[in-house]
Amino acid sequence: MAGRLKVAAQVVALALVAGLFALLVWKVATQEEGAAPKLGRGETPAAPAFHLDRLDRPGKLSLAAYRGRPVVPNFWASWCVPCKQEAPLLESVWRRYRDRGLVVLGVDINDLRGDARRFARQNKMSYPLVYDGPGKTTTQYGLTGVPETFFVARSGKLVCDRVEAGVHLEGNKERFEDCVEEVLGA
Amino acid sequence: MRFVLALAVALVLVPAAAACPNAADLEGELICPTCKTTLDQSDAPAARRIKSLIRQRVAECASEQQIKDELVAQFGPAVLAAPPKKGFHWIVWLLPPMGILAAATVISVLVWRWSRARGDEAVADSNGRPPLDPELERRLDRELARFDG
Repeated sequence: MAGRLKVAAQVVALALVAGLFALLVWKVATQEEGAAPKLGRGETPAAPAFHLDRLDRPGKLSLAAYRGRPVVPNFWASWCVPCKQEAPLLESVWRRYRDRGLVVLGVDINDLRGDARRFARQNKMSYPLVYDGPGKTTTQYGLTGVPETFFVARSGKLVCDRVEAGVHLEGNKERFEDCVEEVLGA
Repeated sequence: MRFVLALAVALVLVPAAAACPNAADLEGELICPTCKTTLDQSDAPAARRIKSLIRQRVAECASEQQIKDELVAQFGPAVLAAPPKKGFHWIVWLLPPMGILAAATVISVLVWRWSRARGDEAVADSNGRPPLDPELERRLDRELARFDG
């Protein structure tokens, strides 16, 4: 009787260890790789979809709503100083190219909604803005911080490598404008 | 009259003041969304903004639950350092006491079995042989008494 109990306890312990190991393997195997590392390897992955609350008006907005148009998703937050500095350039690009179909899409992450609205008002951001407080898109896109800017071609694929840090910065500005031209032409 | 009025005001205000949460406590129970540590351990810009909001809401005497609910509405449940006591999250609260209970049960059973085995050993002699037959023991006592006499 005692022997049987011992074997049963050992089987339960082994099953528990195997279960935990299986959980670990499943987690590692299904871990989503962000889009940024793929872009870094020269791939052109599909732009991760999102459906988020609008910040500039009531309702929600999906990236899919702009399918067929070149989109420049820019990830920002009100507490980020370079985000404030790059805002005028993003606004001017949006105004300059929107007649050609370009959409600059601001994605506010890890931020307080009220702060974000105030920031958008103060910086006269007139392009569409969405709110991602929990920062779900940070994993999907593989962000390492803010600001970061991506380029989505009309096909819905990410092209051109992302721009890390402000697009207004020396070294980033030229690449940013080249990438805008690339998505407009693609 | 003035004393009675002051006392009445104090009786109304003191419980209200006591109901206001402590900002420092809240900062230890909430997570910074960018650095994933509790707010009291973080000096990240996002954490500073949330701490400032907490202090503002505490000054307005919002309840702890209200403040947490407002932050969850903006940052999601991951902003809470401890998972909420509902749905699947209960497993996090139940597993540790269940584990402790299971371990205590196993240890109790082992100790009980071990002490029982020790009891059986105690009745055996030092060579581990079973005790003498009572009749044989009486006979041995008689023989030894003869030698002593």
